[in-house]
Amino acid sequence: MGTGQNKLTHAVLNNTPLLLFALLFVIFGIVAPQSLRYQSLENIFKQASYVGIVAVGMTFVLLTGGIDLSVGSNMYVSAAVAGLAMQHYAISPWLALILCLLVGAAFGAINAFAVTKLKIMPFVVTLAMMVTGRGIGLMFSKSRAVNFPHSVTGLGSAELFGLVPYPIVVFAAVVFCAWLLLERTALGRQIYAVGHNKEAARKAGVGTDRALVTAYILCGVFASLGGFISVAQLGNVNAGFGKGDEFDAIAAAVLGGVSLFGGIGRVFPGVVLGAVFIQAVSNSLVSARVDLYLHPLIAAAFIFLAVLIDSLRNTYLAKLSRRNIRVEE
Amino acid sequence: MIEWEIEFDGIGKSFFGARALNEVTFSVGKGKTLGLIGENGAGKSTLMNILGGVFPPDEGTVRLFGKEYNPSCPADAARAGIAFIHQELNLFTNLSVADNLFIDGFPKIGSSPFIDKRRLHKLAAELLSSVNLHVPAATPVEMLTPGERQLVEIARALSRDAQIIIFDEPTTSLTAVETKHPFEIIEKLHAQGRTIIYISHTLEDVLRVSDTIAVLRDGCLVSTGYSRRYSVERMISDMVGRRIEQMYPARNAGPGTASVLQVEGVTQPGIVRDISFELHEKEVLGVFGLMGSGRSELARIIFGLDSCQTGRIRIWGKDVTGSSPDASIRNGLAFVTENRRQEGLLMEAAVSENLDLPSLRKFAGLGPARIIDRRKSLEFANRIAETLKIKSGPVRIQKVKNLSGGNQQKVVIGKWLLTGSAVLILDEPTRGIDVGAKYEVYGTINKLAEEGTAILYISSELEELTGMCDRILVMSNGEIRAEFERRNFDKQKILEAAFSCEVLAGGGRAGHSGLGDNSGN
Repeated sequence: MGTGQNKLTHAVLNNTPLLLFALLFVIFGIVAPQSLRYQSLENIFKQASYVGIVAVGMTFVLLTGGIDLSVGSNMYVSAAVAGLAMQHYAISPWLALILCLLVGAAFGAINAFAVTKLKIMPFVVTLAMMVTGRGIGLMFSKSRAVNFPHSVTGLGSAELFGLVPYPIVVFAAVVFCAWLLLERTALGRQIYAVGHNKEAARKAGVGTDRALVTAYILCGVFASLGGFISVAQLGNVNAGFGKGDEFDAIAAAVLGGVSLFGGIGRVFPGVVLGAVFIQAVSNSLVSARVDLYLHPLIAAAFIFLAVLIDSLRNTYLAKLSRRNIRVEE
Repeated sequence: MIEWEIEFDGIGKSFFGARALNEVTFSVGKGKTLGLIGENGAGKSTLMNILGGVFPPDEGTVRLFGKEYNPSCPADAARAGIAFIHQELNLFTNLSVADNLFIDGFPKIGSSPFIDKRRLHKLAAELLSSVNLHVPAATPVEMLTPGERQLVEIARALSRDAQIIIFDEPTTSLTAVETKHPFEIIEKLHAQGRTIIYISHTLEDVLRVSDTIAVLRDGCLVSTGYSRRYSVERMISDMVGRRIEQMYPARNAGPGTASVLQVEGVTQPGIVRDISFELHEKEVLGVFGLMGSGRSELARIIFGLDSCQTGRIRIWGKDVTGSSPDASIRNGLAFVTENRRQEGLLMEAAVSENLDLPSLRKFAGLGPARIIDRRKSLEFANRIAETLKIKSGPVRIQKVKNLSGGNQQKVVIGKWLLTGSAVLILDEPTRGIDVGAKYEVYGTINKLAEEGTAILYISSELEELTGMCDRILVMSNGEIRAEFERRNFDKQKILEAAFSCEVLAGGGRAGHSGLGDNSGN
């Protein structure tokens, strides 16, 4: 009798990120109808794409039960290196992009080495990398802004077939690749296994170090890619570039249902929604002409609300799936 | 002429100078089931770890099919066709059944890195049906019951086509009904000609499934032979090295008359219904029921971990219904959970820290900040460790995770001694610990009762309850079905009461035949 209702409750609770997202749109549609126009929706996705890409990378690390606080510094250093190389050696934008990704991969590799071989806690490793990376970047750039030529910034506003902006195309490609890797390859499933219980994974014959190294390196690569996309939109890299983005990326992943304890969460639709959600809140505040000083508070309140609902949902789901031992008449 | 599959020849192993195995020599016939028994620390795990490739022996050789066998890592053992089904389940509850089965070797699409989902699910379904588990391969493991998860573990072993399967305490986490499944599977594997090594503390089960038995004590092989030559009594005396005349130590004082805990009409829909009883001073009151009968859930409600819809709970006449666990402790309740590793202990912390934890308030008192008086708390911890004969290094340094199962359990009980509780609830206090340690835990319980503590003793081991309790309540389907005084203890009748819900559920048909199976063994 109650099972149909139970199923509905389950369905609702299992899809809260999606429902919350819909609710947000309805609210802003009423408060600020102009925010629902195609142009502003496209803007939201475009602006969300770089944090989204970083968040997808972050998801790999979070799934293993780790965390990467160095992605913001990674964005700064990799973009600055690419920009300086373009200034001094006049390399092509594509070569600059590859250089940028290599620096990002190096960040990830260092993190991975410290976590798997030196057995240092991910929080400490990546916190150190966050500070070190920022320091190295400032040293190279003498804390001056690095400007990018038009060949790069043009990409930020260009559109594929004159329809979809490139940042969104790249974001979509990243999400698809990540989804394919996580859901459809052995390595992806093993990342989930390692995040759930590393010791059990080792006993089951899973190469745990391989899974961890993959996760950190991909996180580094995606962070630098996100940084490059952001630069293409901004035009230059200043000393504060990427600062605080690690927290937006973590917030987007967690909003999208990724567990900080590892093993749980999906790139699509979860993390994508999380990233877009954060951007949508901030854009809507702008178009609703809310006092600028209130923005961080309101954005924080939304994130808090989303995470709170998620926590309540998990408690409730646990209660629902508890085994009843008596059959009541 | 018997064909030997596994031969241990003069195996010896030491750890840091301590002898773990000494001159162990015996063989397992091809397609036979060996029951391997011994107290904790007797060397069973060490021997199995050598077979499983975790570490090599110091002396002696192992032969598989007459050929010398020197695995250098667990993967070598797996390749040699040895599968290990561990005591703690090693499944990934966040993944599907199919993912769990093939986590170390997914079927791929051609030579691409992508998983062939269709073949994965087909292979998984075949494996699942071979262990009689009928769930879709895409089901997340978290949706499965403990019994079903055990079957997934077994299916995983089969996925590697293991010829030698080691079961380490396979039934400890299962209900009586669920236990039937592993036995059916073991019989099936046996019929397929696979060799099985079965390790368990439940000696009746070992007798039931094994062709031969090997008993280890202090790293030496004490006896081995056909299982028909063994009885539970002989197994115990071989394991312990002496005959235990009296498995259950005598208590020097009977129950008092003052009623300490009163439970009246406690009901929670879906969990328990109309539970009423009284518990007296110096009394050991047993609660017997199969797993899923509501016995542990009742304990959680009394202690305040779960709520109840109606009913009253009183301690010394004071209404304590709906108290938080914290308030319950202050009201004089103590609860030793059935799952000591996960719920009862801080494994990484020292023995003394574990002992102090529920009674920190007692030692807090220096100055307005109520700083904990370390000296005083350590003094108490030492005294408890001494009283309970906890075998450990210095209690302030020794980590609990390095203690043996029996000693861990003593720490769990010991921490409640410090609080000076009036009522002690014990849920499966001797699960997974060996015969010798059990005896000591029984002694501890008796001592507490003699000193005035009222004890609610929950167990699924009937033997233990009839040996220890003054009175037994029998639960099934969340209700109390019967009550027995010590002079009326009758195992047959108690079992009948415990199975009574199955009689109802089966429409009164299957009840008696099912009962016959269980009491006959």
